[in-house]
Amino acid sequence: MKNVAVAEAESLTKIGVRNLTVYYGAKLALESISMDVPPNQVTALIGPSGCGKSTFLRCLNRMNDQVPGVKIRGHVMLDGEPIYGPGVDAVDLRRRVGMVFQKSNPFPKSIFDNVAFGPRVHGQRDPVRLRELVERSLKHAALWEEVQDRLDASALDLSGGQQQRLCIARALAVEPEVLLMDEPASALDPIATAKIEELIHELKTHYTIVIVTHNMQQAARVSDLTAYFYLGRLIEHGPTEQIFTSPARQETEDYITGRFG
Amino acid sequence: MTPLHTDRSYEQQLGHLRTAVLEMGGLVEEQIGQAIKALVERDHALARATIERDHTVNRFDVEIDSLSLKLLALHQPAARDLRLITTALKITTDLERIGDMATHIAERAVELADELPIKPYIDIPRMADLARQMLHRSLDAFVREDTELALSVCASDDAIDHLHEQLFRELVSFMVEDPKTVSRAMRLLFVSKYLERVGDHATNIAEMVIFMVKGRQIRHLDKVPREL
Repeated sequence: MKNVAVAEAESLTKIGVRNLTVYYGAKLALESISMDVPPNQVTALIGPSGCGKSTFLRCLNRMNDQVPGVKIRGHVMLDGEPIYGPGVDAVDLRRRVGMVFQKSNPFPKSIFDNVAFGPRVHGQRDPVRLRELVERSLKHAALWEEVQDRLDASALDLSGGQQQRLCIARALAVEPEVLLMDEPASALDPIATAKIEELIHELKTHYTIVIVTHNMQQAARVSDLTAYFYLGRLIEHGPTEQIFTSPARQETEDYITGRFG
Repeated sequence: MTPLHTDRSYEQQLGHLRTAVLEMGGLVEEQIGQAIKALVERDHALARATIERDHTVNRFDVEIDSLSLKLLALHQPAARDLRLITTALKITTDLERIGDMATHIAERAVELADELPIKPYIDIPRMADLARQMLHRSLDAFVREDTELALSVCASDDAIDHLHEQLFRELVSFMVEDPKTVSRAMRLLFVSKYLERVGDHATNIAEMVIFMVKGRQIRHLDKVPREL
């Protein structure tokens, strides 16, 4: 039988990372990172370019596996199960841990087919069920109202902000548990950005979200927890409010107040 | 030592803010001194000049507010910068109130200047010294980011409260003995109360300095912590 305290801590952790170290060839990209990502919260990863935050994000659904020369040590647990363990199906893992990228990348297909793509890959053939999934995902991505009359139109005709929300809908269609977002709003105008941020607030009731952003105000606005990375190390991790009003570490303080040396 | 801000003009504006708070503090400190001098020396002209100076203090209040708002709106400050700005906003409210207290003391000085003293001024100048010292130390703590000094300011508020109570009892006994002294004693009691309020405002400033440096609120605790 499990210790009660341990069980409790696990129930508060969606993704548990222990001593995660990543090398690209000889270059150390992440140095022994340990961090817990709680469920139904937004965790923001901040830090200057090259600090390791995107590498960290991509380790959470094994997107780094295919990088030539990559070495990954340590443990990443999803609901307590190791994702780098033997017999873990990376495709199934990525269904549970979806990803949205900086540049929206819709397929040159219709809006409907973009969202239905994932469920079809995972074997969903029932047209009624597919239609339900597409509608629900578009609604969750706050895009339904704008596209419900033209689901057959090409996704490439949508605006940049709409394309990004379509990509979020596409990620949601396979019913993931975790959503990883790599600078999801950095190419968008302020209105589209505000819509994405509003969406993030809504999505966290259903999903666990980890977001990488260069925009510190965005991290402050959307996240519950903030993690500051520098030179491959996790410098500080805590409630966003605390990080932005009184961080514990001088390095964090200097970065978020704009003292870049 | 905190490294300088990468954006120099932002760093400069934060510097301006700090300086403006200090200048305003220096001004109200002097105002208290002058008001008490006017009272003790029965100096009409000095009392009037003290009252006049309140406009300058008020201008600082407005200037610091607008500088703070501008910094908040244009730079989205975080952490220590954010705490400095919110502290400046709150400190100036206290400084402005201290300025008002000095003005009130000067007004009472004008009223009392032509009347016979009911007793020599001993306790009131002592209270004024204490109040000014508290203010001075709280501003020093602000510049030097010295939380120990700030804590010592909070701890010294009791002394001034104690003097106020003592003066209260004394003045009440004057009034009981001779009703002709009531209007003068009441005015002195007001002065004592104003000085006691100055001590409270200085304590507020010191508490905000602790927040500014440590990011910790010690306001509205039952007891001043001995250490942080």
